[in-house]
Amino acid sequence: MGGARLRRELAIAAVALALVAALPLSGDAYVLRLGTTVLLYAVLAMSWNFIGGMTGYPSFASAAFFGLGAYAGAVAQSSGMPMALAWAFAGLVAAAFAALLGVALLRLRGHYFAIASLVVAEVLREIANSATDLTGGGMGLNLPVMSALSIQAQAVLFFYAMLAVAALNFGAMLATAHSRLGFGLRCIQQNESAADMIGVNTTLYKTVAFTLSAVFVGGAGAIYASWVNYIEPPDVFDVLFSVKAIVMVLLGGAGSLFGPLIGATVFLGLEELVWRNLLQIHTGILGLLIVLLVLFLPRGLLSLARRHRSAAA
Amino acid sequence: MLALQILANGLMLGGLYACIAAGFSLVWGVLNVINILHGSLIVLGAYLAFFAYTLWGIHPFASIVIAGTLFFALGYLVQSALINRVIGAPVLITLTLTFGLDLMLANAMIVGFKADFRKLTLDPPLGSIALGEVVMPVDRLLAMALALALTGLLYLLLAHSRIGRAIVAVRMDREAAALMGVDVRRVYAITFGLGTLMAGAAGPLLAMIFPISPLTGPAYLGKAFVVCVLGGLGSVPAVIVGGIVLGVVESFAALWFGPEHAVTVSFALLIAFLIFRPTGLLGKKGYE
Repeated sequence: MGGARLRRELAIAAVALALVAALPLSGDAYVLRLGTTVLLYAVLAMSWNFIGGMTGYPSFASAAFFGLGAYAGAVAQSSGMPMALAWAFAGLVAAAFAALLGVALLRLRGHYFAIASLVVAEVLREIANSATDLTGGGMGLNLPVMSALSIQAQAVLFFYAMLAVAALNFGAMLATAHSRLGFGLRCIQQNESAADMIGVNTTLYKTVAFTLSAVFVGGAGAIYASWVNYIEPPDVFDVLFSVKAIVMVLLGGAGSLFGPLIGATVFLGLEELVWRNLLQIHTGILGLLIVLLVLFLPRGLLSLARRHRSAAA
Repeated sequence: MLALQILANGLMLGGLYACIAAGFSLVWGVLNVINILHGSLIVLGAYLAFFAYTLWGIHPFASIVIAGTLFFALGYLVQSALINRVIGAPVLITLTLTFGLDLMLANAMIVGFKADFRKLTLDPPLGSIALGEVVMPVDRLLAMALALALTGLLYLLLAHSRIGRAIVAVRMDREAAALMGVDVRRVYAITFGLGTLMAGAAGPLLAMIFPISPLTGPAYLGKAFVVCVLGGLGSVPAVIVGGIVLGVVESFAALWFGPEHAVTVSFALLIAFLIFRPTGLLGKKGYE
């Protein structure tokens, strides 16, 4: 049964990948920008799913990994590293940071872990603000401009780069879900003490989940930096990156494989339809969405489908 | 003598921090809810004092009573209508809910009051007094005294009133309290109301000293986090110790590393405490 399920999941993923990969054929710059954004959101959501969805740790660290990746990529590029290499480097920096941080923070549970992970982004932002020599401080950092490619070609390049990160991220999630690691993480989510007792190496598993939740976000942050060409601390260490990741996963369905993807897509759809016309109350509407989601649909959109199916059966 | 002056500044700041964190700690301890709204509620209280003073000449000290009453009702309503519906859910759910509410309130304040910094300037100013070579502005001194008095009132309420004992009972053992006939949901609503009251009352005190803007909410929330972790969760004395330690540490950090690094130092201290001493300086179980 496991094999059939894996084949079905792979088939759905392949169709989705083919559809998304065909987007640049439209030749529309707006579609391309939306596509890149939805892939970025998907990476944020899928990555958070490792630690928040599967393991059940309320992490607010996505913004820290994103900003760290953006700065690592930007600084590496400014000092002459080729762009693609700088993106990979940024992912590794974020992963190494998460592994070290995880050893310390993952001993905390519940609110204490949430607060600590929330504060990490604040500390990194202040460091980026004050390390003027390296990061340009509050003035921000300009990235090298690519003059070899046309604007349109650059947009296509960033789109496919983001798609590659999202595909890798999905592959990692699929592999985790079907492996010992995923099983262990679900045990930790349900009852950490029991998992520990039956021999799950909880510290190692949690740290791996936390690292996985950082590596792709770091890479995506670096691509984002190259894409927008200019970064500043409050922009890339914005706590809303953490909040949006959580909201998208909750919207789709936490802990599931396709939930984060559905959540990211629906979320971007809402953002484009509602927010663009109501810039003044952008965050207020996001807040309202969160409140409604938590009160009326805490298990996500996928739970509706499941409820529908079990009602029909 | 500089060190003495810095110490005095730190103590005055610390009293305010204790007041900022008292309601936050109460809600966290009793309801197991991290109230992300807390910072924005303080700012709303500060605006109330600002407009009451500039429009009608109501002194900020009087605004404390007005804001406290209004905010208690507001908190009671928010808890009974919204948060009580998910109170048994995992940490992430309640945290996300208050985050959503905070985004709404902060956005509403930006639209309503603009993001400009405003300052409530008392006319005539209260001046300052000198104790030896240490100079203390009277408004800060009064604000600290009132902040500590409010925090002390909360302590008395919890320790000696009937509802206070019910709150403490619910914190110690919810099931047992329910069996003894305590209406747990009502106690939750009153507790959240009290937490909100403390935020609303802290607002006018801060308005006399600091500039007011919707953008300052997260900073106050951050102070509340740090105070709760430094002092230890769960009692009024812990909040006072945590507040004073934070105030003194921030003042000296500003002197040694520069004012722009004071917040980074306090957050680094927060993370260090979480890792090495998560129970805080006075950490113990149970309320009071």
